[in-house]
Amino acid sequence: MGERTQESGVRSQKSEEKTNALPSKATRDAYGETLLELGKKRNDIVVLDADLSGSTKTVKFAKAFPERFFNLGVSEQDMVGTAAGLAITGKVPFASTFAIFETGRAWDQIRLVVCYSNTNVKLVATHGGITVGEDGASHQALEDIALMRALPNMTVIVPADAIETASVINVIANFTGPVYVRLGRAKVPQIMPVDYKFEIGRAHVFSQGKDVNIIAAGIMVDTALKASAMLKNEGIDAGVINMSTIKPLDEKAVLNAAKNSRLIITAEEHSIIGGLGGAVCEFLSENYPIPVKRIGIKDTFGCSGSPDELLKLYELTPEAIAETAREGLRK
Amino acid sequence: MTQKTAGKIRDIKTLEGIAKEIRKYILRMLTEAGSGHTGGSLSAADVAVAIYFSKMNFNPDNPKLKERDRFILSKGHAAPLLYSVLAKAGYFDIETLLTLRKIDSSLQGHPCCETVPGVEISTGSLGQGLSVANGIALGLRLDKNPARVFCITGDGEIQEGQIWEAAMTAAHYKLDNICAVVDNNGLQIDGPVEEVMRIAPVHDKWTAFGWNVIEIDGHNMKEILAALDKAEAVKGKPTVIIAHTVKGKGVSFFEGKVEYHGLAPSREELEKALKEIG
Ligand SMILES: Cc1ncc(C[n+]2csc(CCOP(=O)(O)OP(=O)(O)O)c2C)c(N)n1
Ligand SMILES: [Mg+2]
Repeated sequence: MGERTQESGVRSQKSEEKTNALPSKATRDAYGETLLELGKKRNDIVVLDADLSGSTKTVKFAKAFPERFFNLGVSEQDMVGTAAGLAITGKVPFASTFAIFETGRAWDQIRLVVCYSNTNVKLVATHGGITVGEDGASHQALEDIALMRALPNMTVIVPADAIETASVINVIANFTGPVYVRLGRAKVPQIMPVDYKFEIGRAHVFSQGKDVNIIAAGIMVDTALKASAMLKNEGIDAGVINMSTIKPLDEKAVLNAAKNSRLIITAEEHSIIGGLGGAVCEFLSENYPIPVKRIGIKDTFGCSGSPDELLKLYELTPEAIAETAREGLRK
Repeated sequence: MTQKTAGKIRDIKTLEGIAKEIRKYILRMLTEAGSGHTGGSLSAADVAVAIYFSKMNFNPDNPKLKERDRFILSKGHAAPLLYSVLAKAGYFDIETLLTLRKIDSSLQGHPCCETVPGVEISTGSLGQGLSVANGIALGLRLDKNPARVFCITGDGEIQEGQIWEAAMTAAHYKLDNICAVVDNNGLQIDGPVEEVMRIAPVHDKWTAFGWNVIEIDGHNMKEILAALDKAEAVKGKPTVIIAHTVKGKGVSFFEGKVEYHGLAPSREELEKALKEIG
């Protein structure tokens, strides 16, 4: 817990950046590479895609293992059903497409033949969130976590960076049961310790804050770290927790964070309804009610623009988190 | 009491006898449950009996046997049919059938693979079974496993777009280890398929999608067996059997009656029906 920050003393943004020598990298790229490596080691791994293999990066696996790769064409519902069938024969299917099509178009299929049937299907979606960018609202999944989190038997994971993604993919390949992993399109800073090992349901605590704790997932973990550094310069102690498993939620970590501070902020690249913010609020309101502020997309659709422009427009920035913290602590 | 049916049966009279028995189980369990789907369970009974008892390899003592042939009831509302066949095949006691739809029963209103041995996948939301069948067929082929996959859909069910996605997939991947059956009883919930949403020409559609198509009288055991044999012999493409059936088949006062899609027989109807089947 908090290896990096404890060593570097956590006091400034600079110390955060010093440990971060690796270049930015998209989580989908880490997925493609890890899948390829898995494919070399295990021939029970099969991969399905719905005409987006170049974008989801499953193309790497497809090229190396054409006999274990199944392109279903533009038919997400059929892809999910086919994945369930492959799982019944003992294969470990990874089915990928864009997050909105995977979870939205095929939700009833995921519900019936993956979750209710408890088949060993790994749904790894790319292009989650607003940073999909220029393609606009039709392609920006802002509700996928809510959709997947509501399903019994489902595990929901949102890795923060490429390092965590690689670990997540290896872990879920050895885990039996339905899993949804949400990845992104854009390059993002690599912020996790290089020797980090992901565990399902275990949050990574960068630091515990005495004033406020920011519970974040996905690209917002980096944003939260930056906000924390800003706040520390002002004398506000803001902890950062990477809650990469949204379901099952690391309740212990949430409870600790709440007990040690006066305010919880959740931060995610998703609607404030039903995602990480929803999960944290549901847990805290029943178990340890303290003030919570949710950073996320405020019940609206996205629009076209560059990822950076969109993050500003929808207030998913370090400044927005810092301001929310100041405001929340003033009250 | 667990009833075992050993080996594959090719004798028409014996199979017809089993179909009668299955129809009686279906009616009894539906009446006991007080709700459920009568028409579509009865219409597909002969085909299901032929598939299970003349064709399929399976071992009720080892439901997960690697070499087993697989059966997917895509039209999950015909659960009473599937349960009756599984009980007859020895997967569980015949008496269990009478717990259908009851609070503590493994026999859910629609098939649940987590609670019933022999059920490969949960169904009930229409249009999904053929995709799962394709996935199984692909997995079997990767393993060089010669087992085959059977999948029964309704005729109203094939209005679902996913069926045609799956139809493309099976043909694209040349899944000749799949045999689909369309229980073409001409009726769905709101009326005749022809009036609700025309699916004709069914034969041509499947042909256009790259399937080997066989049309039969779905209540003629001889024709069913012949079709299943032919399906197995055709290589390089999947086969669909369009089984022309009568909804509610076997009970004169249920036959062709759209309202008995989702109505269970009353006690009086049950007595009359059992007598009629003999
Ligand atoms: C996706 C979905 N939509 C609606 C239903 C409700 N439903 C149950 S049976 C049925 C009609 C099915 O007609 P058909 O496939 O012809 O069945 P059969 O005549 O064999 O009973 C409908 C609409 C459902 N189970 N699933
Ligand atoms: Mg019908």
